[in-house]
Order: sequence, then structure tokens, then C-alpha cells
Amino acid sequence: MSDIIRRDPRAEWIMRNRLHPLHDQYVSQEEGGEVRGPSGLIRKFPHKVGFIGPNGIKRIDRLKGNSSAPQGRRSSAAQEVQLPLHTVANPDYYIMVAADMVGGRLTSHDKDILGLAHKLIAEEGGNGAVVAVCFGEVKEEHFDTAGADRVLHIEGEEFEGYAPEARMQALAQVESQYTVKHWLFPDSIHGGCDLASRLAARLGERPATQAWQVNAEQAVSRGASASLDITRKTPKILMLLEECADAIDETRHEATPLTLETFSVAAPTITDQGLMDVDPNAIPLGEAEFILSAGNGIHNWDQFHEAAKVLGATEGASRVAVDDGFMPRFRQVGATGTWVTARVYVAVGISGAIQHMQGIGQVDKVVAINTDAGCDMVKRAALSVIGDSEEILAELMKLVAEHKQTSLSDQAEENSNAA
Amino acid sequence: MPHKVVSLISVGRHPQSGRSRRAEQDSRAVELGLKLAGTDLDVVHAGNTEEPTLRQYAGMGLPSVTVLEQDEKADAVESLQSYLQSEKVDIVLTGVRAESGESSGMTPYLLAESLGWPMVSRVADIVEVKDGEAQVLLALPRGQRRQVTVKLPFIASIDNAAQAARQSAFGPGLRAKMEAQQGSESVDEIRLNWEEVPAKARPKRLKVVKAKTAADRFKAATAKPQGGSGKVMKNESVEEKAKAIFDLLVEEKVIR
Ligand SMILES: Cc1cc2nc3c(=O)[nH]c(=O)nc-3n(C[C@H](O)[C@H](O)[C@H](O)COP(=O)(O)OP(=O)(O)OC[C@H]3O[C@@H](n4cnc5c(N)ncnc54)[C@H](O)[C@@H]3O)c2cc1C
Repeated sequence: MSDIIRRDPRAEWIMRNRLHPLHDQYVSQEEGGEVRGPSGLIRKFPHKVGFIGPNGIKRIDRLKGNSSAPQGRRSSAAQEVQLPLHTVANPDYYIMVAADMVGGRLTSHDKDILGLAHKLIAEEGGNGAVVAVCFGEVKEEHFDTAGADRVLHIEGEEFEGYAPEARMQALAQVESQYTVKHWLFPDSIHGGCDLASRLAARLGERPATQAWQVNAEQAVSRGASASLDITRKTPKILMLLEECADAIDETRHEATPLTLETFSVAAPTITDQGLMDVDPNAIPLGEAEFILSAGNGIHNWDQFHEAAKVLGATEGASRVAVDDGFMPRFRQVGATGTWVTARVYVAVGISGAIQHMQGIGQVDKVVAINTDAGCDMVKRAALSVIGDSEEILAELMKLVAEHKQTSLSDQAEENSNAA
Repeated sequence: MPHKVVSLISVGRHPQSGRSRRAEQDSRAVELGLKLAGTDLDVVHAGNTEEPTLRQYAGMGLPSVTVLEQDEKADAVESLQSYLQSEKVDIVLTGVRAESGESSGMTPYLLAESLGWPMVSRVADIVEVKDGEAQVLLALPRGQRRQVTVKLPFIASIDNAAQAARQSAFGPGLRAKMEAQQGSESVDEIRLNWEEVPAKARPKRLKVVKAKTAADRFKAATAKPQGGSGKVMKNESVEEKAKAIFDLLVEEKVIR
């Protein structure tokens, strides 16, 4: 066929005339195909643009179907995109990231450091792999998207709990078994800094502490209580501040397990006697790990205080509870109160006003107890329980008391068995 | 038998004015040392005898301060190590991080490694020293405490959670004796090659939205954060609801 564009004046005329009886037929024929004018230019037919929305109003989609939620197909669930897999076969060297793994999961600090490790490999070139080294119980499921090419999980009773000496010896063993280019540690109070210092002293390396700007050649670190920037050649052991690099978010990694040869651990000189009981209300609200927070939905305040005591939670409050005089001002959570960092936050009778939500932005798990299933706190919460706060707190206290009884009797049994 | 306790002190830096002062953690180490050993406490500084801030430490009730005289550029670890080796020391207390110099916090670790002693970091209190062992309280994040037992002799770095230092008295501080000894002379060569400039403010991390279309960016900028809407329990019995909360609390290990 020739590519001469032939016009059909009659068809054009019918298409222009919306009142023509054959109009709909011609328009639907044209559907999808583009219309060429006499000179070959694409013609847009303004009456055909858009579609009729669900309530009969004409809608024009100027994003041409690129918008995240296409209007035509409503409620199509957001699709999980499969990120490209980054593979490293037979690496020449490793960059070890000794993650804090607070609560068995990678912290955002750990993830930033994994990101930095990949940046270092990209700059240094060569076939390097990033290893996430972790101890103790591991609950993390997303090592792959966090950027770990390999995972070295060092298990064993001697590394559980507080065992910095044994852990340091394990890392020294890793050093002798693998070609390690860099050791990266979070410079954190969760043990990363302690472990790194021990390893550095053992290996006789001079580490860069509080490093925050690192590339393959140079590391900038803070000194003199963060008033100096020290620039030096990038050392082997680095302790990194938070937000030292961006976490991995565009690739997936293999996260294949590595193994460590067994070795003998010297008897520890520090023995762990376990955590001490501290008065939860003596912990500053901003630091507390577990907060039971009261709002306008609490009517039995004696019971609330009792519940906080039984659960071992630090008490918090919404502004209304404070303004009404039921709680002291320093217990207020939110924009004009304290910004909390708790891992678990139980909001009892709090509606979830934005000023309150700002204060709990960093909280991991929110539990809502509320009579109103539609309130904002329920939308934010990982677990919401709809019901009267008084009944639920009473039941919860009963459960916790039972739990404590059984664990106490278990302990007593163990002791009597041991004796 | 009283134990020989040594507190290591350094020159601090006031966070706002930048003037030298007694360092926060080192003075807590002196305070803890005074609690353990009274005025038998040996307080050691490696550096200059003329340093005026040493008088501020001395003003906490110390009859004398031992100074291992050395140059500013010299490494303190070497002098301290030979001093600790020559004395019969049971407990060495330091700060976690110095407020001047490199502030790497490596000093206690290097000393512990070279002396072969245990090192406990971030100590909040030393509860008891008995039978060649000490009961030590460690400061953990979120205000938690852990108790550990450690054999003497050992080195401990003192956290800010330890008891705050007492007021320093000016007169007794002036009258205290400065006992000078010869320190090491080896210069910290590695550090000479470093470039040190006043700290730049660190850039704040911005929330970067990697969205393909304007509508997505608009949504990211305006939408309320939705926590992926968790589990909602409406019609279950009160027992079931409480049990669900209880299970979550146990799983998160906030109830022990
Ligand atoms: C400038 C400014 C700053 C502010 N700063 C803060 C701040 O820092 N922190 C803060 O918290 N607020 C702040 N507020 C106030 C905030 O806007 C809300 O008014 C407040 O957070 C609401 O508190 P609430 O959720 O406890 O009360 P309400 O909004 O009254 O919510 C009570 C909730 O309890 C539920 N309830 C009722 N009875 C029961 C029951 N028997 N059992 C279970 N649930 C029940 C209800 O369904 C409701 O959801 C600020 C306001 C302004 C204007």
C-alpha cells in the first residue's frame, strides 16, 4: 500500500458533527488510532479527550495514564516492584559492616553504613563484597534490600548477651580468615563504638572515630567534642556517625551466608549479671523504650497509673490530659511536649491530633486503645483495639500479672532444680 | 585492704565558649574515684604541669595531682602505660571520650590491651569491690542499667550517667601539689599528617522523593503518612483484645 494519506471528507464531516446519527459509530471506529490532517499532522479531537468519571463528570487525564493510580482501574493495589539484583561472585576483598542490630533488626544507622560500604567499593573498584556481620538473635528479614552481599551471622552461646570480649575475638578471627579492606562500625552507644575500639586496639590499627564524610582516599571525622574536623587518609577501621551516607534503595543484594571457622574463645574477664530493674518513670520521656500514654479517653486515673506500674512502662500523656491536671506537664507527648523515640507506644484514649502525632513520629510500634475506630491514632497504629480503655487495661493487667507469676515460678523451679 | 584507684584526667572544652574546663566525664571519674578511695585517690594527667584546669580538678578535694610531663604533640598512652605498670594499680577510671584533641576514646582500650587488663566501657557506677572482683553498673541506651562482675585490675570508662562531679573549690585547688614526673617523648607522628579545621555544620538530610510524575511528588508532599493501617480488632471479646496487645508487648520484649 502507498503511504499517501487519503481523506474521507464524509467521515470527517460526520465526526465533526456530534448530532449526526452515525457520529458515535465513526468516533468509536477512530478510537485508539490517531487522526491525521490533510498535511499528515496529528489532529486532536477535543471532544474525544478524556473520559466520563464515575459520577458522570468528564475527566481529563493529562498524565496519559502515567499517574500512580490510574483512574480507570481503581483500587489496583500498589505493585511490589522487583529491584534489580546486584551479584558479586568470588569477591577479591570484603568490607565488613558490624551492625548494631538493636532488637535483632538493622537500624537506620546500620543501613546508612551498608550504603557507605557500597560507595567505597564503587570508588575503589575491584570485585568487593559488603558483609553484614551480626551477633545474637537476628530478626531482620531484609538484608537483601539493605545492601548486604553476604551475611556473617556469628552464633554461639559465648556471643549472646553482653559479651564484648568474645565478640571482639570473633571479629579478629574474621580478620584473619577473610581479606578485609575496611571495617565499618556505627559509632553508637548500642555497642558499635565499644566493639570497634576493642578490635582496633587488638589489631593495632588507628581508627577514625566519629567519621562523617568518607571516600576511598580521605575520611573526615569529628574531634575535640565535635568542634574539629580532622581529615586523614581513610584508615582500615572506621566508626561512622549517623547519616554518613545514603542507604541502599535501588538494588537488591544476594545476602548469602558466610561461615566462620570455629576457634577457641578465651574465658571472659567480664561476666554479665543481667539487666537491672530501673524505675521506668525515672527514665527521661524522650529516651524511654516503652511508653503507656493517656489521653482524654482515660476516666480511671488510678487504674492507669497502676497499669503503667504493672507493665513497667514509662507514663506519657496527651495535652488534654495535662491541661486537665491529671498528668504533670513534663509527661506531655507531642509538638509542645516531648518528641519520644520509644519502640513501643501504647496510646490509651488518644484521638491522634496532628500535634500529638508529630511527637510520636519516630516510634516503631504504636498500639491504640480507643472507642472510636475511625480516629487518626487507629490509622497510625500497628495494632488497634476498639473498646473501653478501662476494661481493656484491667484485662491486660491481669494477663501481665499472670505472666509474671509463671515466669517467677519457672525461675524458682530452675533454682530448686539447680540446688 | 584499700584498693589503689587511679583517675585519668584531661583538659576539657566548654561546648559553647570553647574555653578549657574540667572535662565532664573525667570529673565524674574523679568523683567516682573519691567515692571508692577517698583522698588516697591518685589523679594522673599526662601533659603540662602549668595547665590551670588541673587546679579545677584538684579543687574537688585532692591533695595532689600527678602530672606526667610531656609535650602537647606526644602520645599520652605511652606515658600512662609505663606509669600504671610501675604502680600497683587496681582500678583505672577514665572518661569515655576526651573533649579536646582527637577525642577518639581509644586511650582506655589501648591501655587495657597493652596491660592485658579487662576494659569496661560506659560505667554508671561501681557498686562494690570485694575479693578481687568489682560489681559494676553499665549505662545502656534508654536509661537501662546492666550489672557486670569484673576481675581486678581493670580499666573503666565513665559515662555521663555516673554521679555528677562535686563543686570545685578554688582555694584548695590552688594549694594542691602538682607532682611532676617525666613522661614519654615520642611524638604522635601519624597525627602530624592530619589536617584539622574547625568543624563545619553537617548538612541535614533532606527527604528525597524519588517519584516519576508530578502527581506522585505532590502526593508525597501532601499526603498524611499512613502506617500501612495495622490490625484493627473491633468485635472480639475483651479477653482476646487484651491478649493481642499482651502478645505484641511480649514479642517486642518490653515485658519481661
Ligand atoms: C498549638 C497547639 C499545640 C498542641 N500541642 C500538643 C502536644 O504537644 N501534644 C498533644 O497531645 N496535644 C497537643 N495539642 C492538642 C491537640 O490538638 C489535641 O487537642 C489533643 O492531642 C487531643 O488529646 P486527646 O487525644 O487526649 O483527646 P481527644 O481528642 O478528646 O481524644 C480522646 C479519645 O479518646 C477516646 N475515648 C473516649 N473515651 C474512651 C474510653 N472510655 N476508652 C477508650 N477510648 C476512649 C475517644 O474516642 C477519642 O479518640 C496542641 C494543640 C495546639 C493548638
